Amino acid sequence: MGFFLETLLGGLMAGMLYSLIALGFVLIFKASGVFNFAQGAMVLFAALAMARFAEWIPQWTGLTHPVAATVLAFIAAGFVMCVLAWVIERLVLRHLVNQDGATLLMATIGISYFLEGLGQATFGSSVYKLDIGMPKEPILVFDKVFEGGILINMEDLYAALIAAVLVTGLSLFFQKTGTGRALRAVADDHQAAQSVGIGLGRIWVIVWCVAGIAALVAGMIWGSKLGVQFSLATLALRALPVVILGGLTSVPGAIVGGLVIGVGEKLSEVYLGPLVGGGIEIWFAYVLALLFLLVRPQGLFGEKIIDRV
Amino acid sequence: MSEAMDAPLAVASDAETTAAPARRIGSVILDVKNISLAFGGVKALTDISFDVREHEIRAIIGPNGAGKSSMLNCINGVYQPQQGSIALRGQTFRHMNSRQVAASGVARTFQNLALFKGMSVLDNIMTGRNLKMRSNILQQAWHWGAAAREEAAQRRVVEGIIDFLEIQAYRKTPVGTMPYGLQKRVDLGRALAMEPALLLLDEPMAGMNVEEKQDMCRFILDINDEFGTTIVLIEHDMGVVMDISDRVVVLDYGRKIGDGTPHVVRADPNVIAAYLGTPH
Repeated sequence: MGFFLETLLGGLMAGMLYSLIALGFVLIFKASGVFNFAQGAMVLFAALAMARFAEWIPQWTGLTHPVAATVLAFIAAGFVMCVLAWVIERLVLRHLVNQDGATLLMATIGISYFLEGLGQATFGSSVYKLDIGMPKEPILVFDKVFEGGILINMEDLYAALIAAVLVTGLSLFFQKTGTGRALRAVADDHQAAQSVGIGLGRIWVIVWCVAGIAALVAGMIWGSKLGVQFSLATLALRALPVVILGGLTSVPGAIVGGLVIGVGEKLSEVYLGPLVGGGIEIWFAYVLALLFLLVRPQGLFGEKIIDRV
Repeated sequence: MSEAMDAPLAVASDAETTAAPARRIGSVILDVKNISLAFGGVKALTDISFDVREHEIRAIIGPNGAGKSSMLNCINGVYQPQQGSIALRGQTFRHMNSRQVAASGVARTFQNLALFKGMSVLDNIMTGRNLKMRSNILQQAWHWGAAAREEAAQRRVVEGIIDFLEIQAYRKTPVGTMPYGLQKRVDLGRALAMEPALLLLDEPMAGMNVEEKQDMCRFILDINDEFGTTIVLIEHDMGVVMDISDRVVVLDYGRKIGDGTPHVVRADPNVIAAYLGTPH
């Protein structure tokens, strides 16, 4: 029982981290109907910026306080991501208004390769350590209740909490503010949104900024776990099943999808793995997503698409 | 049909007899000159000119495919005509997109409902207040005083519109789930929320039953009366248009074949031919 719960909790926390990456996909898809292939590259780019700024800022300013340096590095990296969003809107999206979805997808693939190159050219291509001061040692809880208790990885727990706060904040922003309403309006119908005077350009910059910040948070957390390296860019592919499962248009879907995939991966690895010889974790998510597609093509929370014929 | 249209007819003729002489109609607010629009080899509009005066209800009618919606989309900035000019309050514009047109006081509704389906009636109409919002994104994010006060003020305006359109009961309903006729009202409400000087209505009565049409006619006349809004409306139902509009433009195959008061247009042989065909 204790072991099961431990696996479950581990899965939930890992799932929260997938959700973070999935969130970036959902934000951009919702507002512009673009499947942003570059989300992974954005995670890498943001993490690289963060890692380097964390190193540079103490050198430049002589700041020694680690928390202050981390916060400053985060702000600097966030600023870089927003500038990036603005540049992408200016140079790419603006010229592709009203183009086919496939055209936009191809554009984001281009952005993806460009960002990977730019990131490594600007910030260097070696593996960087990123220490954002998260506790590394696991703690033991419930050792009175179960034999052996449950071992919780504090780093994962903090990461999950940060993700939860970010997601709650974003949901509130979307539901409660005028700009959030404009974002939802653009997501629903470009033309109608323009007809009430909502500027697509401004909305897109905002959305890409927010997706950039989400990428930064994801890159920061994953980077502090795994080290900031090129493989962060491919992490996004692991979040793909999450998006399929949760639905491309739903923020809560990204969360629930992430949790389902995280838990599914861990449980299957532990309980199903021995039966088929292990290595399940790598493909399980995709199979789960595939099965899901057969039943609900729009995902758990996605909007069902009904076309008038 | 004729019976159904009696009520709006009565309202219109009433207005004509009582308030008509000193009527509100003012100077030219929209001047369309020699507009031609083609999609590749297909000519949608050829050399169309007409004007719209302040406070009037101006109809554009014509059979299916006559170019009515294309005309509206040119005024709205969705299409850029290849030739001709459109002047709004004396200001000629050539390359304005819909957002800029909206900013200069023109609102529109859509033929095939273009509501924000996932959002409630309230939120849909609130989007119409977008241009009136002054607080910036950071203030909104933290719900700072100014942003919160502004939201409340805009909300009051929107509640007024909801009352006017008699959809109070649906305030929080997602529009996607509402009956078609009511969705059309929300579409109208969203446009009204912009407090436009010029309101473009693209087939406001398409697909409606008799009762819904009567309601819609009443709303259009009330908007025109109470708010003094200039209205350009497209319809292919002749009966409705003749009853509520001050002047009518008739299009057929992208050309203007008639222009004048309903009375004049109705008697025009060209118009009759376009609608009913002529014996050969």
